[in-house]
Amino acid sequence: MTKSRNGTAIDGYRRQFLKTAALGGVALGGAGLLAAKAPAAEGTEASSLIPPPMLVQGKPVASPPYGAPSEFERNVVRLANDRTPTPFSSWSFTPLQDLHGSITPNGLFYERNHNGVPAINPDHHGILIHGLVERPLLFSMDDLMKFPSISRIYFLECSGNSSSEFTKPSADIRWSHGLLSCAEWTGVPLAALLQEAGIRPEGKWILAEGADAAAMTRSIPIEKAMDDALIAFAQNGERLRAEQGYPVRLLLPGYEGNMSVKWLRRLKVGNAPFMTREETSKYTGLLPDGHSSQFNFVMEAKSVITRPAAGGTISGGPGLIQISGLAWSGSGKIKQVDVTVDGGRSWHLATLDVPILSKALTRFRMPWRWDGSPAIIASRVTDESGYVQPTREALLAARGPQFHYHYNAIAPWKIDAGGKVTNVYAAGA
Amino acid sequence: MSMPPVRSLTVIVSVIGFLSGPTVTAPSQETAKETAKSPGAQQRLGIGQTPTDELIKAWNIDIAPDGTNLPSGAGSVAQGQKIFADTCAACHGEHGTEGPMDRLVGGRGTLDTKKPIMTVGSYWPYATTLYDYIHRAMPLTAPQSLSADQVYAVTAYILSLNRIIPDDAVLDRNSLPKIKMPNRDGFEHTEAPRGADCMTNCTPLDPQK
Repeated sequence: MTKSRNGTAIDGYRRQFLKTAALGGVALGGAGLLAAKAPAAEGTEASSLIPPPMLVQGKPVASPPYGAPSEFERNVVRLANDRTPTPFSSWSFTPLQDLHGSITPNGLFYERNHNGVPAINPDHHGILIHGLVERPLLFSMDDLMKFPSISRIYFLECSGNSSSEFTKPSADIRWSHGLLSCAEWTGVPLAALLQEAGIRPEGKWILAEGADAAAMTRSIPIEKAMDDALIAFAQNGERLRAEQGYPVRLLLPGYEGNMSVKWLRRLKVGNAPFMTREETSKYTGLLPDGHSSQFNFVMEAKSVITRPAAGGTISGGPGLIQISGLAWSGSGKIKQVDVTVDGGRSWHLATLDVPILSKALTRFRMPWRWDGSPAIIASRVTDESGYVQPTREALLAARGPQFHYHYNAIAPWKIDAGGKVTNVYAAGA
Repeated sequence: MSMPPVRSLTVIVSVIGFLSGPTVTAPSQETAKETAKSPGAQQRLGIGQTPTDELIKAWNIDIAPDGTNLPSGAGSVAQGQKIFADTCAACHGEHGTEGPMDRLVGGRGTLDTKKPIMTVGSYWPYATTLYDYIHRAMPLTAPQSLSADQVYAVTAYILSLNRIIPDDAVLDRNSLPKIKMPNRDGFEHTEAPRGADCMTNCTPLDPQK
């Protein structure tokens, strides 16, 4: 019946596809089909060159009701960190090497949880604002929806993204850069909530606390709270995923990811930083002289080539390569991205996708004709403030190897004659 | 406490030209600040409920560096030793040094060496943070399960292992904030280094070349 007919058709098609592709002299890919029009297809039954999906009905609508990626993209998933002592205080990496454009799909958004993902019923959830305010207030989720809300596109990057690069550079972009994602967030400006409660003049800092089993807490300067901070309840058009803070999270554009406290339940206004564990013993950078840099809020400008990327291979041999990557800055917009294909001796302006938004990922591209000889490629971003992404050498000279957080150096990838791509700094590269 | 400058984001529309790309007009990314200042938001909207004092008290669990909000109760090093063995040692080791989770003890004098050991004793600037964190988040499998007395006791034990308080110490809301941690003055704020925008004849990136 249909099934067996389809099966037979697929077998025949696959045989012809492989044959024509092989005769076309290229690896499996679209070119094989085009080559089928050449004499190689001579003597072939016409029906075996018709793609089988054209010969049978496809699936009905809403299969499944919540859509999922194609069955041929099942390997595009987050990579869970299996090197932490517990999976509950751990993180998972966004597969940057498999993504396109500048928006991260919700199911691939990186995670950093400090004691698991809670299941929170929105009907039982509220945000308390208290401390140095005129009137303490409790906002239910329904209350939140009464405020005028806005939607904005912002990246989130873990403070510890690329921390491997300080001391043990990773051979794989997933490990070295995957704690980075970007989404459109919808929510209420935090300033609007604070205005309802009325901040007293002595109120300078706000403690944000999560309703998770870590009761995650960070101190937020009042200037940031009144500037562009969001109380976000939706991401890329749908309500937040559980692991992104459902039903509501703080979103601090451009700031290190952990400050955008997920599962937000409490905002306490105070006159000084609260000195929580996550801003003293963690998320502070140890300098060579034994002092530490604290309150390193803004994620500095950074860029990385995601295709081709360390851990991958250029298939198909020498020829035209579409170099592509991501650039971002916690300080504002990207002004310029330069790409090198000769190990940093010379740099060339990359094309930037539009729109270029403040504190959002920007996709850059540069075509390159690879001649098949070993090469080192890298990208370097300049943001609108004039800040230029530093080299690893400059970063280590200023902050030392134990800083652990805010690694934003240029990431050079080495391509060998076989097309294998590695991190220049990784052991054995 | 000084803090880093927060960049003003009030530039709304700008025209950016790229040497190699098209000239684009960036779309408006109106800031939240401006929205909050719009006419409709100038006055209170009357949204939100007045929380009961009971709810505020129950949720208000953070402990300030000066000890504000510390509860009544007390705990000794000896009491803490037993609680630590039963509740904490499985993850932090019998002596607070073995792991697999964060090392809690030792490391004094190592922060400026090539192998710094960052622990409660060598790194944490405030003893009050220890109370705050143990109460809110420890143990991982049962956060907020320890009583105030128990949290004071475990805090005392960890500080005694680090030789910051004597073995016969008892901690409470008065004594805990008075403890000066060894790394209390170890924190500052530094700016990130900047790169150079060299385009030709630049220094190669590969350290081997």
